[in-house]
Amino acid sequence: MKTVNLIKIAWKALQRNRMRAFLTMLGIIIGVASVIAMLAIGEGSKQSIKEQISSMGSNMITIRPGSDFRGGVRRDFSESQTLTLFDLEALEEKSTLLTDISPQVNGSGQAIIGANNWPTSIYGVSPGYINIRKLELVDGTMFTEQEVKTYSKVAVIGQTIVENLFPDGENPIGKTIRFDKIPFKVIGVLGEKGENTFGQDQDDLILAPFTTVQKRILAVDYLQSITASASSEEVADEAVAEMEDILRASHKIGENDDDDFHVRSQQELISTFSSTSEILTVLLVAIASISLVVGGIGIMNIMYVSVTERTREIGLRMAIGGRGKDILLQFLVEAILISITGGLIGVLLGIGSTLGVSTYLMWPTSVTTDSIIISFAVCAVTGIFFGWYPARKAASLDPITALRYE
Amino acid sequence: MDKSIINIQDLKREFTIGAETVRALKGVSFTVNKGEFVTIMGTSGSGKSTMLNVLGCLDKPSSGLYELDGVNVSNLTKNELAKLRNEKIGFIFQAYNLLPRTTAIENVELPLYYNKKVTSAERKEWAENALELVGLADRRHHTPSQLSGGQQQRVAIARALVNNPVVILADEATGNLDTRTSYEIMALFQDLNSQGKTIAFVTHEPDIALFSSRTVVLRDGNVIKDSPVEDIHIAADALAQLPIEN
Repeated sequence: MKTVNLIKIAWKALQRNRMRAFLTMLGIIIGVASVIAMLAIGEGSKQSIKEQISSMGSNMITIRPGSDFRGGVRRDFSESQTLTLFDLEALEEKSTLLTDISPQVNGSGQAIIGANNWPTSIYGVSPGYINIRKLELVDGTMFTEQEVKTYSKVAVIGQTIVENLFPDGENPIGKTIRFDKIPFKVIGVLGEKGENTFGQDQDDLILAPFTTVQKRILAVDYLQSITASASSEEVADEAVAEMEDILRASHKIGENDDDDFHVRSQQELISTFSSTSEILTVLLVAIASISLVVGGIGIMNIMYVSVTERTREIGLRMAIGGRGKDILLQFLVEAILISITGGLIGVLLGIGSTLGVSTYLMWPTSVTTDSIIISFAVCAVTGIFFGWYPARKAASLDPITALRYE
Repeated sequence: MDKSIINIQDLKREFTIGAETVRALKGVSFTVNKGEFVTIMGTSGSGKSTMLNVLGCLDKPSSGLYELDGVNVSNLTKNELAKLRNEKIGFIFQAYNLLPRTTAIENVELPLYYNKKVTSAERKEWAENALELVGLADRRHHTPSQLSGGQQQRVAIARALVNNPVVILADEATGNLDTRTSYEIMALFQDLNSQGKTIAFVTHEPDIALFSSRTVVLRDGNVIKDSPVEDIHIAADALAQLPIEN
């Protein structure tokens, strides 16, 4: 029989039992729609993590002190003091792939002005820091290299600080705030950045020259970390390798010894967090796939019923010249039609519910063409797989008994 | 008129059920020539159904010869048998076997779907012609549930005619119909026969056999009588003699 006729006849057969065909399809519809929606939600969260991490500076590279091993005692990296100003100078001098580089020393404490106070962190950095972190000044200026060298008590403050220390809407520029008894003159205000992926308020910070923080607040001479930005995202990995080489040289680490520092690029951070969301996506898709399999079993069940119900029809078709192959194809095409039609509706429903989720729940989503193609292909295969046995049963009927079947 | 359509020589058909061998046909021989209207009669258990299955190429003989329109059926594969059924045989069943919820014209078109040589335009045209031949051209879009028993059997006859077969095989074609409708159907068969169609009609009703030109009677797997009908009844006349209802 010609393929066009085969499809036409199968379609008519389904038309004769519309409600049943639709209910059978429903399993596939729900399966496909949920696979697509789950993939879209998974992909969306992955992308939003990526975007948020990138918004902190996509080319950013962070160096932290690593585990220190002295006199047989391992120490936690937070108390190790292996990063120094010499490292910073070595990097500034030798690296070729970095655009900005800034040391970092953090302290936490209470910021106070008049009757208002607020617990916050102070970041001792150099002027390049705002470029690395992609921070924007909305008012005033960033401190200069000169101010770093002279241990100036100047500060650039985030929006959360502005809100809490200047609740009446005064202009903070030129005002003097105290941080742990040390007065800082506010010379700049940063634009709002909101929370990052990990729920951290990115506006709750005070930037000050690292020299000032080192000397006046922490009373240390080492650096807690160094942040830098590679000249582009593509060379980030190369820059990491280069920095490792420079630091190993300046720390005089032997070839077989472990680094006493960690260099991490933002790309690594992205892949770390993406992998978490990927595992979640795989899990969700696995659950959704189960409903697709259940839908397939539904098709198989209804096709068996259909074959039994239409035994006489099969007998007749064989008597008037239908070969086993024709009968097999007829039922197989019916099963495939159910699954493909269900798949189409499922794709639409999946896209629709994804839109619903992103509109009403404000979840980040992203429907990829891959997910549509894959789930559609899976459903065609489902149709063939689950339609095969009932169709083979139909094709193997004996026309004589089939014709007389009651 | 002498061309033999069906040629059966010493045909045997045995079934093995468990340890027992049931011999349904024990060496049957007869020929049917082109243009004949033969009734095959017999009580239940006579081998009538087995005979029909073999004639219809749904079953193959255990031994002996069966030639349909010059083709030896014994050597054919399943698919070749299907092709033969499609091109050379028109089936009519007691229970009509129409597809439910499918229009008359679509039911008639059905055999042509299995013939790749027939285009869709030809398929429609031939089906229209066949329906016209049985007098149901105006009912072409009715489904079986909207047709009477007689009309359904006419649709089935049209379906048997549509592929222009060499022989029409009818299995108790009037078994589900009342006398009047039976006669109408027989009149149609006689009409088709007069147009040159070869018909083999299986029945157990003697009065139906009188409308054919020859009767073959089977008993216990053997032919016990094979003779021309001397006084062929004209179904149209018989119909006229029936008391008029209401």
